[in-house]
Amino acid sequence: MTRIEGEALQAQEKLNLLKYYRQMLGIRRLEEAAAKAYSQQKIGGFLHLYIGQEAIAAGAVGATEHGDYFLTSYRDHGLAYAKGTSARACMAELFGKETGCSKGLGGSMHFFDKPNNFLGGWGIVGAHMPLAVGTAFASKYRGDGRVTLCFYGDGAVSQGAAHEAMSLASLWKLPIVFICENNMYSMGTPLSRTMSVEDASQKALAYGLERDRFEGNDVLLVRDRLAVAVKRAREESRPSVIEIRCYRYRGHSMSDPGLYRTKDEVEEYKRKDCLLIAERHLAGYGIGPEDLKAIDDEVKNEIEDAVTFADESGHLPAERLPDFNYVD
Amino acid sequence: MPVVEYREALRQAMEEEMLRDPDVFLMGEEVGFYNGAYKVSKGMLEKFGDKRIIDSPITECGFAGLGIGAAMVGMRPIIEFMTWNFSLVAIDQIVNHAAKIRQMSGGQFNCPITFRGPGGAAHQLAAQHSSAFESYYAHIPGLKVVMPANPKDAKGLLKSSIRDENPVCFIEGETMYSDKGEIPDGEYTIPLGVGEIKREGTDCTIIGWSKMVNIGLAAAEILATQGINAEVLDPRTIRPLDEDLIVASVKKTGRCVILEEGYPFAGVGAEIAYRISQRCFDDLDHPVARLTSMDVSAPYHRQVENSIRPTPEKAADLVKKVLYLG
Repeated sequence: MTRIEGEALQAQEKLNLLKYYRQMLGIRRLEEAAAKAYSQQKIGGFLHLYIGQEAIAAGAVGATEHGDYFLTSYRDHGLAYAKGTSARACMAELFGKETGCSKGLGGSMHFFDKPNNFLGGWGIVGAHMPLAVGTAFASKYRGDGRVTLCFYGDGAVSQGAAHEAMSLASLWKLPIVFICENNMYSMGTPLSRTMSVEDASQKALAYGLERDRFEGNDVLLVRDRLAVAVKRAREESRPSVIEIRCYRYRGHSMSDPGLYRTKDEVEEYKRKDCLLIAERHLAGYGIGPEDLKAIDDEVKNEIEDAVTFADESGHLPAERLPDFNYVD
Repeated sequence: MPVVEYREALRQAMEEEMLRDPDVFLMGEEVGFYNGAYKVSKGMLEKFGDKRIIDSPITECGFAGLGIGAAMVGMRPIIEFMTWNFSLVAIDQIVNHAAKIRQMSGGQFNCPITFRGPGGAAHQLAAQHSSAFESYYAHIPGLKVVMPANPKDAKGLLKSSIRDENPVCFIEGETMYSDKGEIPDGEYTIPLGVGEIKREGTDCTIIGWSKMVNIGLAAAEILATQGINAEVLDPRTIRPLDEDLIVASVKKTGRCVILEEGYPFAGVGAEIAYRISQRCFDDLDHPVARLTSMDVSAPYHRQVENSIRPTPEKAADLVKKVLYLG
């Protein structure tokens, strides 16, 4: 590599990092605003926040192309936002408004965004994994070069659907990456009480899938390690299981006070926060507190605008619902 | 008009649709090398290759879900269940996913998928292989349920199901695959939601679908020898239901007997009877009557099993009862 090429790469990486930081901060502030709106009863039902896991969303988007399909569980706001769903469409969906990304019909757990290839937003633990195998199957059938990323929590690892999905994906060599976001608690039960092994990626072994396992706080590491699996899927049509260790700072949902873990444990993880790590990387590129403050202000405005937009939008009346049952 | 077996009519429908649309594929247990557990897909692997005729492992939840995901991005999968009894392993995929995708996504994603296979009882298959589950799936908004009674309907309705933009549960009669019947020359489709009068009559409407149509027709023959002229109505699709055809027939005859292979409690017949009561109350000369299987799990012994099912004789007796002749 020449010096000029090296400098160009460095400049590109700085831009990437700024983009990831912006995405992660956007998710963080979006989720904080959602929690506030929930306490004001503007958002109802279940609300599962992504705070603490943002580097996985930003890293995954950084490792993929826009045409790649993303499917995930009900903890879906962060991934949708990183994939390109606007803060307005996210917040309006949480408020149940027609301007939301699913017209307010899905709510927190069912974000969908077809133009951005975000395919849900699913509420039955592990049950969306066979669907993700189906989108990967379609890509291989058509040879369209797309890769499917299927996200799920550690709670899904023991579900039967997860195993059928892995088994079929490997049998038919489909272009898919299964990403287990292991935040160590399936709702309020620690992993040690739900799984007979400590390493969730071991589940790949029985089906002959490739696997990897790493911490999910450093967005650059997440991107680079996922890129290996994405490349394997795209170029060799070989599926992988990736376990990313992470930590959610909030409860399982808003109704969960998190009494099953200590304050010290939560604080310890906050010291390894993905935003702090990204800020250290950015400092290496000469990005200082003032630049970060400008980004923070921009994000703050974006989220405030989204809340206002959601507040002022209308909802679909019940009479319109039958239109969504069937295609004529 | 050519005479073909029910299984051949189904195969023709799938082959024609696969030739018409490269996004159609068939997946299920034993559909390829084995030529189908009931030989419905006989020869299709040879004709279309293993890219489009796909033998799956025994993973109903997995391959039903795979089909749903593929349908979300525009494929038109035909997913075969070796029997609808096994579909319960995949019911979460069908009910909680396929049926709800369009609504949950605010209309962004459709799910043009056909789940098909035999339903209902065959012969001495005992409790776990003999259930008629149409009421389960017809209960769900977002799903369509299709139940053809003869080769002509099987072909025309399956072609429409494959072309439909919605998830369709296409339930074949497990004992009907060798039934023969005329089908029209050339290509044809039968729209979903349009029933058919299988026999015109004036004295009582007998409603049945799938194999109950033949029970109804046989009952009508018995009744004809006694001077009773029964009408046999086949809705052909349970959802959407051709309610207008039912109402017109019952208004004409003033009496209705519903034949159903499934269990009585919360069955499809209960829903049809309710609708008739709403729209034909003043036209009825007798309350709507139902003949279902006995409210028990299927027994193994041949005679015992036969005794719990609707038969032409039982159906004819019930018609006479609603005519105050029994």
